[in-house]
Amino acid sequence: MNLINICLTALLTENVVLTKFLGICPFIGTSKKRSNAIYMGISVMLVVTLSSIITWCLYKYLLVPTETEYLKTVLFILVIASLVQLLEILLKKYLNKIHQVLGLYLPLITTNCAVLGIVLLNITNNYSFVEMLVYSISSSLGFTFVIYLFSSMREKIDKNDIPASFKGHPIALLTAAIMALLFARYL
Amino acid sequence: MKRIINGIVNENPVLVLLLGLCSALAITNNFENSYIMGICVTIVLICSNLIVSLISKYVTKNVEIPVYILIISTLVTVLEILLKEYVNPLYKVLGIYLPLIVVNCIVLGRALSVASKENVKNSVLDGLGVGLGYTVVLMVLGLIREVLGNETITIMKEISNITHHEIILKINFHSDLFPINIFNKPAGAFITLACLLALFNYIRGGNKNESN
Repeated sequence: MNLINICLTALLTENVVLTKFLGICPFIGTSKKRSNAIYMGISVMLVVTLSSIITWCLYKYLLVPTETEYLKTVLFILVIASLVQLLEILLKKYLNKIHQVLGLYLPLITTNCAVLGIVLLNITNNYSFVEMLVYSISSSLGFTFVIYLFSSMREKIDKNDIPASFKGHPIALLTAAIMALLFARYL
Repeated sequence: MKRIINGIVNENPVLVLLLGLCSALAITNNFENSYIMGICVTIVLICSNLIVSLISKYVTKNVEIPVYILIISTLVTVLEILLKEYVNPLYKVLGIYLPLIVVNCIVLGRALSVASKENVKNSVLDGLGVGLGYTVVLMVLGLIREVLGNETITIMKEISNITHHEIILKINFHSDLFPINIFNKPAGAFITLACLLALFNYIRGGNKNESN
C-alpha cells in the first residue's frame, strides 16, 4: 500500500517538475518537439534509476558508517557525472543505434537538477531500498510524462497568435502554471 | 562597474538566460528565503569564479567540466556546513535546494564562459554582477508572492538567532480577495515568473524600438 502511495504521489500530485521545480531547464528548453521530449525523458529515467541505486548504497554503506554524511553532495555529483560519461561510452560501443538517438541529451543530464534532486530526496526522505527504487522510477516517469504533455501543447501554442512580449518562455511558464494547478488538484 | 550592471541587466541569469530556475521558483514563497538564497548563490559564484580564474591555466580542456563541478560542489558543501551550524532553521527551510546550487547552471556556465578566459579581477566582478542580478530577481519574486499570497513581508525570522531581531511586516489590503493562496503554491511561482519575464521583454523591446 505504501509503495503504491509513493508511486502515485511521485507520478502525479507531487510531480518533480510541477511541484518541486526540479528539471525546469530541460522542461522549458528541450520541450519544443515531442520526439525530443521523449528521448530526454528516457535518458533521465535511465540515469536517475541507476544513480539512485548507486548513491543509496554508497550513502548507507560508506558515508553513514564513516560518519562523513556531509560529503554527500560532492560524492553524488561525482557519481552522476561519471555515470553519464560511462553510459555514453558504453552506448556508443555496444548500442550505437540508441546512442545516435540519445547521444545529444545524455551530456545535458549531468547538470539536470532532477537527477541530483531525486537522488538527494531519496536520502532526506529516509527511504528503504525498495521504496527508493519505486520513488526514483516513478518520479522520473512523472518527469517524462509531464515533459511529453507539455511539448505536445507547445507545438500547438506556437502556431497561435500571442502578445509579442509573452512569446516564447513567458507563455510556456503560464502553461506550466495551469498544468501545476491541474496536477495538484486546485481547480 | 560596467560588468556588474551587465550581470544585472543585459545578462540577467534568470530573465535573459533562463538559468537557475529551480531555486528561483521553489524557494521564493517567502521574502527572507529569497534573498538568503540569492546571497548564497552570489557567494558561491564569486568564490568559484575566483578559484576557476586562478587555476584555469593548469586545467586542460578535456577535464574542465569535472574539475569545475568538483570545485563548485566543495564550495556548496562548505556553505551547507556553515549554515547547518549557525542558522539551522534556515538550513531546514532551504532543504535540498541548497545542495542543488551545484547543478545551478549559472555557476558552471559562468565558470566555463567567463572565469576560465578572463583575469581574476574581471571574473570576480562578473560573479558579483551575475549574483546580484540573480538576487534581485529572486527578491522581486519573493516579495510579490509573499505580499499577494500571505499579506506579509518576512525580513528576519529564520535568521533571528543571529540578528536577535524578528521583523515581519504585515500588509492589509482590506479586501476579501486577499490573501490569494495560489501564490504560495507552485502554480503561483510559474505565474509570477511568467509575468515578470513578459514585463521585462516588453521594456527591453520598447528600448530596442527607441534606439532603432
